[in-house]
Amino acid sequence: MSAIDTPRYAIGIDLGTTHCALAYVDIAGSDGETTRHGVLDIPQLTSPGSVESLPLLPSFLYLPHASELAAGELALPWGAEQDFAVGEFARSRGAQTPIRLVSSAKSWLCHPGVDRRAAILPSDAPPEVVRVSPLEASTRYLAYLRQAWDAAHPDAPFDAQDVTVTIPASFDPAARELTAEAARAAGYTSLTLLEEPQAALYHWIQASGGHWRKEVKPGEIILVIDVGGGTSDFSLIAVLEQGGNLELHRVAVGDHILLGGDNMDLTLAHVVARKLAADGQQLDAWQMRALTYACRSAKESLLSDAAQEAHAIVVPSRGSKLIGGSIRTELTQAEVRTTILEGFFPEVAAQARPATRTRGGLTQLGLPYAQDAGVTRHLAALLGRQAGATAELAGFAGKLDADASFLHPTAVLFNGGVFKSDILAGRTLGTLNSWLAAENAEPARMLEGADMDLAVARGAAYYGYVRRGQGVRIRGGTARAYYVAIESSMPAIPGVEPPVQALCIAPFGMEEGSAAELPAQEFGLVVGEPVHLRFFGSSVRRQDTLGTRLDSWQPEELQELEEIQATLPAEGRRPGNIVPVRLQAAATETGTLELTAVATEGGQRWKVEFDVRGSGQGA
Amino acid sequence: MTDPNPSFFKRISIAFASFFSALSDPGYAARVEDLSQGKAPTPAPAPAPLRQASPDAALQLLALLQREARLIDFTQENIGGYSDADIGGAARLVHEGCAKVLREHFTLAPVRPEAEGSRVTLNDGFDARAIRLTGNVVGQAPFQGVLSHRGWRADEVRLPKLTDSHDGSVLAQAEVEL
Repeated sequence: MSAIDTPRYAIGIDLGTTHCALAYVDIAGSDGETTRHGVLDIPQLTSPGSVESLPLLPSFLYLPHASELAAGELALPWGAEQDFAVGEFARSRGAQTPIRLVSSAKSWLCHPGVDRRAAILPSDAPPEVVRVSPLEASTRYLAYLRQAWDAAHPDAPFDAQDVTVTIPASFDPAARELTAEAARAAGYTSLTLLEEPQAALYHWIQASGGHWRKEVKPGEIILVIDVGGGTSDFSLIAVLEQGGNLELHRVAVGDHILLGGDNMDLTLAHVVARKLAADGQQLDAWQMRALTYACRSAKESLLSDAAQEAHAIVVPSRGSKLIGGSIRTELTQAEVRTTILEGFFPEVAAQARPATRTRGGLTQLGLPYAQDAGVTRHLAALLGRQAGATAELAGFAGKLDADASFLHPTAVLFNGGVFKSDILAGRTLGTLNSWLAAENAEPARMLEGADMDLAVARGAAYYGYVRRGQGVRIRGGTARAYYVAIESSMPAIPGVEPPVQALCIAPFGMEEGSAAELPAQEFGLVVGEPVHLRFFGSSVRRQDTLGTRLDSWQPEELQELEEIQATLPAEGRRPGNIVPVRLQAAATETGTLELTAVATEGGQRWKVEFDVRGSGQGA
Repeated sequence: MTDPNPSFFKRISIAFASFFSALSDPGYAARVEDLSQGKAPTPAPAPAPLRQASPDAALQLLALLQREARLIDFTQENIGGYSDADIGGAARLVHEGCAKVLREHFTLAPVRPEAEGSRVTLNDGFDARAIRLTGNVVGQAPFQGVLSHRGWRADEVRLPKLTDSHDGSVLAQAEVEL
């Protein structure tokens, strides 16, 4: 590679549900495990016509009315003309006019019930607001970060750097593909996707400055618990020894759980609002938002000091009479503990599982928030499901307790703003250790040195650096095996769905940049017509090899993902003809899963797309 | 002797001090009013012309204090009829907001790092702009004394950048809900 092709910086971007951040490592200025690195302060509107540089960019998009702002008040330092606002001003203005605010675009991007390329946000906007798609919103955040970088580094343009964007470990192949698509639309020329819990661990490794090798030993299992503003994400990473060197191997990831700090603040606000209502004080929507904001700081204060009995809460009046119109109340330590600790981090047994309700027939097309708020129950479910995750790893064979009902982590790394509270981190660790004690295992310890807000962006930048051959990499490949459904050939019985078999087309743990062999199974594609196939993923069936056919499976073993579809162009063929093809899966360097239909005769190839148009809309 | 050419940081501290003094001291406020209306007491023939500080930064700071701390609302309200508990409730909000503005837009540090009440020595050539001598001010440096206030210094100021069209005199927009 010539000097011109070599990027000067490795850039890491945390594209979060509630905040984005951009960090970088100066590749040339770094040597081995000593890095020169930093976080970009992102210039953003904080009020009309006023721009501040802040380390976090709130992931909010505001679509103002044409008469709402004076000319030039949306101007940005790099002179961009745009009719929307991103960042802190979008967040604060949008709180008062929610019908023009796009929030949680990332959660919509992985919502299988809606068409992610359709202009559907804000979901409750009146017809005259020009809506944007979840894909477009993510594209705008990514494009904004690119502009901010270019404005700050005219000598090192964004396009010439190594860029890593993080995604939840639980993102399915379609959501990964959409994130990559958003980045391409934002003009990103080089891109790698990295799972957020891995990024958090990379940051821990970077921050230890080489000492991490003394803090973990072979045979350990690190549990990364990442609870951000909008999502909870878990990963399990095993420590192995290979030829005298420590290796890290990501062995399992959790399900996608829409549950985070924002849900906690809102729950507290409702607790306080009920108390006020009992005194005859009703809050309007504006006051409710002010109360949620006040509850957040009260929660942070109470959860960092257990000795504090209560924290005063003042809901300011909306008018200019501040003293006369404000509502005073308080949030007590007991209320925070019952609501947050018992509601979100209950001390449950290892056998506990999240409650699921069957959704009513009339499901609203809102975000599919977690039905059970208990983070510890979701954690118990993951560890129980993954009890055998390390069974086949070298060095773990003798260490496994055959009677263990769940996978025993030995160390925990916390990440996400929620765990700025030692009490919440302590409660989670304590609950995990009570499970371990019940099975006579050693308690897990907490890995120190986390940076709850910026670890993911920093870790992603560090990953871009180590990928160039400096320092340790976390291995593991794809965290799921993938299957397509084949209808079995049995006579049709009216009213009974024909049974399906699942054919494994991508085994567990495919490394980036590798492709699976062609399976023997053929499918018939009809020329000129889209063909839909049901698609499944499994986070536990590690043993299935390419071509494995499952006649039956446990409901929790295989999860149905969105359909995949292939359309054979009609050129040179007669429409309606059937062409036999085989499906090939590849894990790309970018971090996405790529499916290709290969014609059995002639070897022609067509891309198989993930259907992201939303099953809820009768695709 | 007053510095005829105060630094930017010094001017910020003057602006702050005048702002709060004018609120609490009617006499001071009257003198400031006289000054601003040009009725300054016998303007001495100044060897160096006084600079007029740009009002932009002052207006910007006021707008921030209003936005985050409702400071203008608080100070413009007649507090005579309210109980201390009511005022205290509002003061919490103002305190929290002011602290946020100071934290986010200034890096503040004490002028002297020593604990208040400890003995300090001021050598010849000490910075008279940063240290005020009080009490028995006689003799020659080095001066021995007791630190009664550590002082404050703004090491860094980070005010938002403004677009050309920005009207700084609007400290808080009127709000109309449709």
